[in-house]
Amino acid sequence: MTEYTNIEIGDQLTPRSFETTIVQLFMYNAAVWNPHRIHFDLDYAKNEEGYAGIVNDGPLQGDWMTQIVVDWMGESARLKSFKYSNRQASYLGDRLQAVGTVVGKDDETRQVTLSLAIRNANGDDIAPAEAIVEFS
Amino acid sequence: MTMTELLTDDIRSHIGRSGPPARVTVTRVDIQKYSAATGQTRQAFLDGDEAPPLFHFNLGLPVLPLDQLRPDGLADDPLIPELPLKRIMAGTCETTFHRPIRAGDELVVTRWLDDIYEKQGGSGPLIFVVLGLKIETAGGEPVLDELISRIAR
Repeated sequence: MTEYTNIEIGDQLTPRSFETTIVQLFMYNAAVWNPHRIHFDLDYAKNEEGYAGIVNDGPLQGDWMTQIVVDWMGESARLKSFKYSNRQASYLGDRLQAVGTVVGKDDETRQVTLSLAIRNANGDDIAPAEAIVEFS
Repeated sequence: MTMTELLTDDIRSHIGRSGPPARVTVTRVDIQKYSAATGQTRQAFLDGDEAPPLFHFNLGLPVLPLDQLRPDGLADDPLIPELPLKRIMAGTCETTFHRPIRAGDELVVTRWLDDIYEKQGGSGPLIFVVLGLKIETAGGEPVLDELISRIAR
């Protein structure tokens, strides 16, 4: 768990690797009731929508970034806001990593700003994000 | 192509319209399924006591019969007018959280069309559709506010 007083700008969150399987994409899209065929129908994704493979859900990548925030902040802090952008698609089985860095700290509000991203195997940040965490 | 050709007055007239509020009861198993599917590590999420931050994706959307789905699998969103560009991609999502969603919560989900605008992209015109989402408890306690954009090309 992170103690507010020990947080410094530049601190790195523990990164986490993610690699979807077709079972995970099935379960995620069932859980959020998303029947878009680009997430489970390879022929459709390639031939009708021009993707290179079965597409990972953008909001699933967003969720992964919130997970490294939740793991970092512990139970006594709360996620106040989260913003992410889908810049580039990623595909079933791609080796991805959720990464994050402390970029701001305000002692008056006890709010910490984090810069986050989903990074692909080429080192491209395909989904940049920002989170604000409030410590009690 | 000029910037005014794609979006007609009729399309713009939809900006600001809201859908009817949806009432949703969140069950423990809904949270457990989401938590398992996303690979959560916090025990309260896996047990379904409390929902992970982005659990609410698609919450409150109508569940439609199979014959009302489009060939791509999706349902038409009644808030979004027919657009001259058809391929939809996910854009940006910005959420402000007021309190976590918990098992047993009775929620009221309100959605509205916040904005539609166009931009010239590198490989052609893009239409940005911005949807607003507000979730409150049935008792009126704020849960979260969100703006989510989709890009048509």
